[in-house]
Amino acid sequence: MSRPEGMRSSRRSLQVKFVPDEDVLKHISDDAGTKVRKDKAQLSVSVKRFVKKLENISDNEAQEVLEEKNYVAALGICAQDPVENGSNISGGEVYSFQTPKRSNKMAELASELAQTPEQNVAPDHSKCPEKMAKTPQNSKMFLLMHVFSLLFQSKKKEFVSTTPYRLRKRLAAPDPYLESESEYSASCSEEEDEDEQKEVSTVLSDQKTPAKTKAASTPPPRNSIAKKNKEQKMGNLVEEYFEAHSSSKVLTSDRTLQKLRKRRLSQQTLHDLLKNAPLAYAAEIRDLNQQHESLFSKWMLQLHLGFNIVLYGLGSKRDLLEKFRTSLLQDSVHLVVNGYFPSITVRSILNSITEEVLDHIGTFRSPLDQLEFITKRFKEDSSLELYVLIHNLDSQMLRGERSQQILAQLSSLPSIYLIASIDHINAPLMWDHAKLSLYNWLWYETTTFNPYVEETSYENSLLVQHSGSLALSSLMHVLHSLTLNARGIFRLLAQHQLEKKDNPSYPGLSFQDFYQQCREAFLVNSDLTLRAQLTEFRDHKLIRTKRGADGVEYLLIPVDDSTLTDFLEKEDEDV
Amino acid sequence: QQIQENLNKQLLENLVSFLSRSHSDFQEKTTEWTCKMKFREIPAAALVLGVNVTDHDLTFRGLSDVLQDNITPYVAMLEAKDCPGIKNLMQKLMGQLMNCEIDVDSLEDEDCVQVSQNRVRCSMPSLISWYDSVTKKTDSETPSKKRNSSSRHWQSPPVVVVFKDMESFTTKVLQDFIVISSQHIHELPLVLIFGIATSPMIIHRLLPHSVSSLLCIELFQSLSCKEHLSTIIDKLLLTSQFPFKLGEKVLQVLINIFLYHDFSVQNFIKGFQLCIVEHFYSQPLSVLCCHLVDIKKRVYSLSHDQYENIRRLPSFRRYVEKQESGKQIELLTNDSFLKVETKKLLEDLHVYHENYVRILRCLHVFTSSLPKYPLGKQIRELHCACLENRVWETEEYESSLQLARMLNKTDLVTMLQQCVEILMSSSGKEFDRAVEKLKEFLTQFQNLEAEASQEQDVSISPQKELQKKTDLYHLQKTLLELKESRRSKKLTKFEMLRFEVVDYIDSLVRRYLVPADERTLHEVVYFNGAAVLRGHLNAAPRTALHTALNNPHWYLKNQALRCDGGGISNKAPDICIVYKLHLECGRLINLVDWLEAFSTVVMAAEEPNDAASSDQVDDVIHARFIRAVSELELLGFIKPSKQKTDHVARLTWGGC
Repeated sequence: MSRPEGMRSSRRSLQVKFVPDEDVLKHISDDAGTKVRKDKAQLSVSVKRFVKKLENISDNEAQEVLEEKNYVAALGICAQDPVENGSNISGGEVYSFQTPKRSNKMAELASELAQTPEQNVAPDHSKCPEKMAKTPQNSKMFLLMHVFSLLFQSKKKEFVSTTPYRLRKRLAAPDPYLESESEYSASCSEEEDEDEQKEVSTVLSDQKTPAKTKAASTPPPRNSIAKKNKEQKMGNLVEEYFEAHSSSKVLTSDRTLQKLRKRRLSQQTLHDLLKNAPLAYAAEIRDLNQQHESLFSKWMLQLHLGFNIVLYGLGSKRDLLEKFRTSLLQDSVHLVVNGYFPSITVRSILNSITEEVLDHIGTFRSPLDQLEFITKRFKEDSSLELYVLIHNLDSQMLRGERSQQILAQLSSLPSIYLIASIDHINAPLMWDHAKLSLYNWLWYETTTFNPYVEETSYENSLLVQHSGSLALSSLMHVLHSLTLNARGIFRLLAQHQLEKKDNPSYPGLSFQDFYQQCREAFLVNSDLTLRAQLTEFRDHKLIRTKRGADGVEYLLIPVDDSTLTDFLEKEDEDV
Repeated sequence: QQIQENLNKQLLENLVSFLSRSHSDFQEKTTEWTCKMKFREIPAAALVLGVNVTDHDLTFRGLSDVLQDNITPYVAMLEAKDCPGIKNLMQKLMGQLMNCEIDVDSLEDEDCVQVSQNRVRCSMPSLISWYDSVTKKTDSETPSKKRNSSSRHWQSPPVVVVFKDMESFTTKVLQDFIVISSQHIHELPLVLIFGIATSPMIIHRLLPHSVSSLLCIELFQSLSCKEHLSTIIDKLLLTSQFPFKLGEKVLQVLINIFLYHDFSVQNFIKGFQLCIVEHFYSQPLSVLCCHLVDIKKRVYSLSHDQYENIRRLPSFRRYVEKQESGKQIELLTNDSFLKVETKKLLEDLHVYHENYVRILRCLHVFTSSLPKYPLGKQIRELHCACLENRVWETEEYESSLQLARMLNKTDLVTMLQQCVEILMSSSGKEFDRAVEKLKEFLTQFQNLEAEASQEQDVSISPQKELQKKTDLYHLQKTLLELKESRRSKKLTKFEMLRFEVVDYIDSLVRRYLVPADERTLHEVVYFNGAAVLRGHLNAAPRTALHTALNNPHWYLKNQALRCDGGGISNKAPDICIVYKLHLECGRLINLVDWLEAFSTVVMAAEEPNDAASSDQVDDVIHARFIRAVSELELLGFIKPSKQKTDHVARLTWGGC
């Protein structure tokens, strides 16, 4: 009997050995637990070792899965923890797909929000039924949930069909939660829908907004059908997704600010108005800030230990940093960089370090050379210390790859202490692993809710439509330094352009016509003088010339119409 | 703080020494094989380092140090960001080589001047001439010096050029450099080292065949970062030398960041440093977190307030409650009594750590070879499990004991031997008994072996009987009988002994692997602020923004903002309202509609006090709207759009 057994075992060993690796792996991982152990007793020593190795492999997999679970668990821990920022928002909620919205959704939401005071102000009002208090709440939630449930559905689907085992595993934990949520949206939508519509229309009837009629006439959202079965929903979502992304035309109303008959606010009036408007929740904001200020000494310690500090969160962190500076950095060398300033560059930062801090006169061929110089100086002289405060490290001018690289290298110097703030939602994407390790960040959440006064005060950061005061003032400035004739020439051009402002395909004033007009107004006496004048304008970027299809030169002032009107008005006042 | 700096220093030294050790073997290989330089082929080494880019710097620094010490003074490190073109590359290369030349014979000032002049023209010929001059000079130098240098380096030391991050070099620069240098390989013994983060295939993808054929590449694999991590954990956490310890959750967070985010040992160390800083900053009693020898001194120098702090510790309270009433009062009122007690407790804690580590390692020996690894393969997992709660109460422990009861003899014996070694290495007398016991087990096993060999002779005979019966039916029957008898047979001696061993190990575990937070005064040395750590290292700025915009109540504790469910109240800050409204829009947003919606909300919130001052109010609202919108723009949610007048485009949620 010993022989046949031996035979079998040897055959088995052969069998094991000659199967291709992948197959074995698959096989083993399928029933590693049972089979391998059973075999183990029978196999000869050498084979056992081999199997053991395989076992190792399969166990590796098992361990990976285990770690996956750990990770999910750890995330869970994080959510349960009394975290300071206990926002246990799931990823899907923060980053989700875009789905098309009905055009008047915003108005609807606005009216809903407007509706809430009634429940807030008069909760004991006898007329106010319970339903009333409840509806807006539900409807709001419903609006969001509709989107989310769709998203979750799709995600689940996707994971099941395409992604490997691992992701499925990861998703398995939050699943029941999702399920329940989507169900909830389904249940609450139907009963409340119609009520809600009525409520909206009644409430709106006494408010004179154009949104009223639209809101009242909206059909109930179509998800009542969609929720019925998942397949259909899935199809819907896909369609919606592509609808949202492919169609170049977006349905929005055609109204423009022009038609609003409201004068545009200049930077100054805007500023004044806002100054007068009381800041909401000042007390709470102050509390919040005081909380952050208590961290100052800690920051100091950590800066000295070689970490750099980055602040994030909603609200301007400028005041906070200023306070930090004035309270702790008065006696030390420090450099404040206003990153939001539209013309800041890395070079200017480096220059101010070399010139003001290191007292070095002279220029450098490239920022890299300059950086090298700075590095050398700081390494030579260990007593040299520099605090660098950067407001808005993520601003337009500083967010480039090269500038970040240079700043990162700068911050990695042991005697340069960097403390910076970021605001943009995608700011952390600026940094790859290498830069992150150079920066050696410690993240601090400092949500201040302070308005971004300074940061948005530069023209570049404002929406162009709102005011052209900077363009206007520069226009005025340049023109004031010109001769009276030149001003007249420019006026002529501006007036002509304003006359044609309704013509969208207005190419500009042709040179010949312009010359004629100028002659008639006794502004120039020859072709050449006009050309000389135009060259001057062009140098100051006051006008643009374009050659048309027929070879004629067209002149255009590259400023929008409202600014031009303002300009003419001001000119009239001056004259 | 001094301790803490010491710790940091030790930490880094550990790492560096480890890295250089791991690279010394590469070095040996490199030296051997640089000798076999072939014509026209540049010897090149490709170093596969893995994706933990941040650690590479340290590795390379260690490598270049080793190189400079052992092989050649001429080592140049090149980084992609310094070399956008071949010209810059050459400049950088020359600069570095000449600089290190200055280092070698810094006595000769003339040479320095010469070198700086040389810098003017950076080209291969000038490099070669420089190299010639340098090597000649070393030849012609005074005998003493020559001996000195030749003992360390060879006659014509190769020039080693290290490309730190090969993937990010532009292909053309690399190609040009390789082609040019292959032209000059006769005159200049050049060796290239490529640092690769992804896979060795990248060389062939970056370089066309004509170029890569000029290289004679040998591949080296550096140790995986996981191994680095386990060494570090071994050296830092599982020793009794460092008084500072990490709590379970903190360790879990650090390991998770390592495994799921960056695989960077450096970041792990950074996190560890941060833990130390936080601990010493936030825990007033961390003064007591020091080496055993200092404890006495420090305990006696404590002030009254600090004693009060001790009394406030939850673990100390638990301890007090267990004492009898007379002692309780003493502990709570008498400072000097507390002093003595504290010292004793701290020393206990220290001893506990020592024992803990030893037993943990023993247990690891057992569990790490079990199939399926119910308690984890790495010792760090076991460590976490033990810190978390009483390990013997977990299912995993149960199953691993079960598995341990099925081990075969050879494995068991080797494990026991390992355990004995581990326990022997400890200085304390604590484990003398345990060691004796284990040794006893070992001898018993040996005895068993002897017996077993005798038994074997006996067991052969029934098998012979089996062979006689060739009838299939009988064979089956006897086999079944045999099986029956085996099952019903009493446990063999070996099995009995095995149970005993496992039970003994179990008792050891129960005694020594008590989770740390059940120990009195554990707060002094354990850092448990996992949430803080996570917030600082693995922050979620987007989530913070999201919360602030969606749920301002979280930050501004005002009742008016309180609102559950998905919505926000209309009294929220302007930016929240504007944000909420913009969420309801598609890709483009009409500013007028937006403004209108905004003013609807705000007007409703502000008690419609009639149209008397409506015009002025309107202006204010308008201004507030403008501010909110530009703030959203700053935050990156929208951007101005040219597609339609007075529209902005949404940027988030897959917007554009």
